[in-house]
Amino acid sequence: MIALLAEVPYWGQSLLRVLGGLVAVLLPAGTIVYVFLFKMMSFMQSRLGPMEAGPYGSMQLFAEVGKWLQKEDIVPDRADARIFKMAPIIVLVSTFLLVVVVPFGPEAWFTDFETGVFYALAVSSISVLGILIAGWSSANKYSLLGGLRAAGQLIAYELPMVLAVMGVVIQAGTMNLQKIVVAQNTGSMFGIDAIGHPYVISQFFGFIIFMIAIQAELTQAPFDMPIAESELVSGYMTEYSGFRFLIFFIGEFATAGVFAMIASVLFLGGWGVPFTWFGWTSVDDVANWMNIVGPLIMFTKMMLLVFVIMWIRFSYPRLREDQLQRFAWKGLIPVALVNIMVTAILKVVF
Amino acid sequence: MTMLGDRQQLSYIAAQAADARLNLELETEGMTLNIGPQHPATHGTLRIIARLDGEQVVWAEPACGYMHRGYEKLTEVRTFPQVTTLVNRIDWLGSFANEVPFILAAEKLMGVEAPPRAAYIRTILFELSRIANVTLFLGDLGVQLGAITPVFLAFRDREYVLNLIESATGGRFHPNFDRIGGLKDDLPAGWIDETHAVMKKLRGFCDQIEDLLFGNEIFQSRTRGIGVIPRDVALQYGLSGANLRASGVDWDLRRDQSLPMMWNKADWKVWTHPDGDSFARCWIRLQETRESTKIVDQLLGVIPSGPIMAKVPKIIKVPEGEAWVSTENPLGEMGYYVVSRGDLGPFRVKIRSASFNNISITPWLLRGVYVPDIVTILASLYFILGDIDR
Repeated sequence: MIALLAEVPYWGQSLLRVLGGLVAVLLPAGTIVYVFLFKMMSFMQSRLGPMEAGPYGSMQLFAEVGKWLQKEDIVPDRADARIFKMAPIIVLVSTFLLVVVVPFGPEAWFTDFETGVFYALAVSSISVLGILIAGWSSANKYSLLGGLRAAGQLIAYELPMVLAVMGVVIQAGTMNLQKIVVAQNTGSMFGIDAIGHPYVISQFFGFIIFMIAIQAELTQAPFDMPIAESELVSGYMTEYSGFRFLIFFIGEFATAGVFAMIASVLFLGGWGVPFTWFGWTSVDDVANWMNIVGPLIMFTKMMLLVFVIMWIRFSYPRLREDQLQRFAWKGLIPVALVNIMVTAILKVVF
Repeated sequence: MTMLGDRQQLSYIAAQAADARLNLELETEGMTLNIGPQHPATHGTLRIIARLDGEQVVWAEPACGYMHRGYEKLTEVRTFPQVTTLVNRIDWLGSFANEVPFILAAEKLMGVEAPPRAAYIRTILFELSRIANVTLFLGDLGVQLGAITPVFLAFRDREYVLNLIESATGGRFHPNFDRIGGLKDDLPAGWIDETHAVMKKLRGFCDQIEDLLFGNEIFQSRTRGIGVIPRDVALQYGLSGANLRASGVDWDLRRDQSLPMMWNKADWKVWTHPDGDSFARCWIRLQETRESTKIVDQLLGVIPSGPIMAKVPKIIKVPEGEAWVSTENPLGEMGYYVVSRGDLGPFRVKIRSASFNNISITPWLLRGVYVPDIVTILASLYFILGDIDR
């Protein structure tokens, strides 16, 4: 794989990387929208969902994109036009920055970054900036309220997310996402190495906290106050139309996909299969076909996690802003801190 | 309208003054938020003007009249049978129930009474329109609080009831089926068995909503203790229907009033709740839907045979006089004060609709709550815009 790539000129490699990034972000986003938003939600609500465009409505998303692209790009009179136009792009860019460090196979990665976890958590909060300026620059009271709620919420839930990941970092002893995957698949539990050592088992509380935190980071119900369509019309997105709304929309589901990928890397063993199954001992032994199968395994795990996120989204009512903050500061953060402490002690003991 | 007790008025003024002082000292300025006329939470064109301090409401007032259609005036240029077409558009989700009190008032003036079979069918259709109305409320409640699934289940199950109403009356939403002295038609064949089946389905729907929504912890934390209306305040503001019963007042016109309707022939219960909060109001409506299905089931079994129209002249002239009839409609007490001068049509009609009074409590209720709670409280008070503005 690497040898193949080396023959391609540098600009070609870069182009391939960019295309790969687009596929890694947009393909999951499209699949999530169709499978969960269009179909699963419809079945939960005893209806069929889109059925006309393509077989079982599978082309519906393209129809929607076509519709949005045709719409007028409206900027409100009193809006701060330049910043208003920039905001959705900032939100989407943070998703692309996030996917850069996710490993998809033994050699299928965009960059093998030594402090990947740190980087991922850092760039994931860039989207707050986009949402805040979207809310502020729209010159709309609902947008302003939505933007402020989003800022408060995303900052509050960043913390439990970081703390939950700390447990994994302590256990794996590295911040490199690739090495975290390898550590899970080569590991063993109580001497049994049949399924490796996925951290979802030893870091169960960390996993739960992480999933709750990403639910909030993605502003999905029950944490969807920044959008809160019955209160704030559509929160910070109220004034956006046409392709700028489309970018927000894609950003929402693309980020759901990427966060689910990171969760599967950190807790579910990422692209790997337990190395003992095929007699591999380290990442260098791993067969080449894992570069193809690995992404598929990742995709499956991502869909599983996104299913859980969407399942909760479609069945829960929304919390109130103060209840949400209380839940983060009084519930999640103390539990996460205790989790780190216990993990650290056990790490030293064993 | 008496609004507040002296102490409440004083504390309100004091709060306002303190707020103004604070704003002066900190040089902070509140924000006026117009919720509506076009807003997803008001399902219609109600406008709530709210003065906000952060996310807290300092002062709020409903502004209605965006959908005023002038029904009281329009009735004066209609004949009596034509009025039902108008009035069943007041509360458009439970239309048949709007026709009944007007027809009863006209019958009272004329001194005719519908034959028993017609009275039974009237009562059944009245309860069916209540079920259709409140079913949608139960689903909509979820949407207002951010749960999007229940509303689709509500729409699905309401459709069964609407189909029943359509097959009996010919109109899904606006039956216009009631006549002075009886009903337009008899029930179609097989309707009774079908209705029994649908009532069973609706009881299943109530259980489902109770599981999905009322048992949910987030739902409870969003509604319990939010928008508490004490018993005396509820009475002062003239609330009626489930909003009043949720404040612990045992008052139901179906039971407390003797009208030529057949509610007293069935065995059912008037539910009250001591809390008076949003949860209580929603819960009362859920229980009432269950009771309504019971009423329908029981009355279906005992419908007598006989004519469905009393003897009334072809051209109806209502003798001179005045009559007031009100019934317990899905939204609360709905009444008509009909004045006749012996003509083909009424001389004057005053309509007392429930939502107008129910919504008048919002300035008192919304003070000091958070923005998300505005939505909870409005949803739990349950109003239909047509019923406010008429």
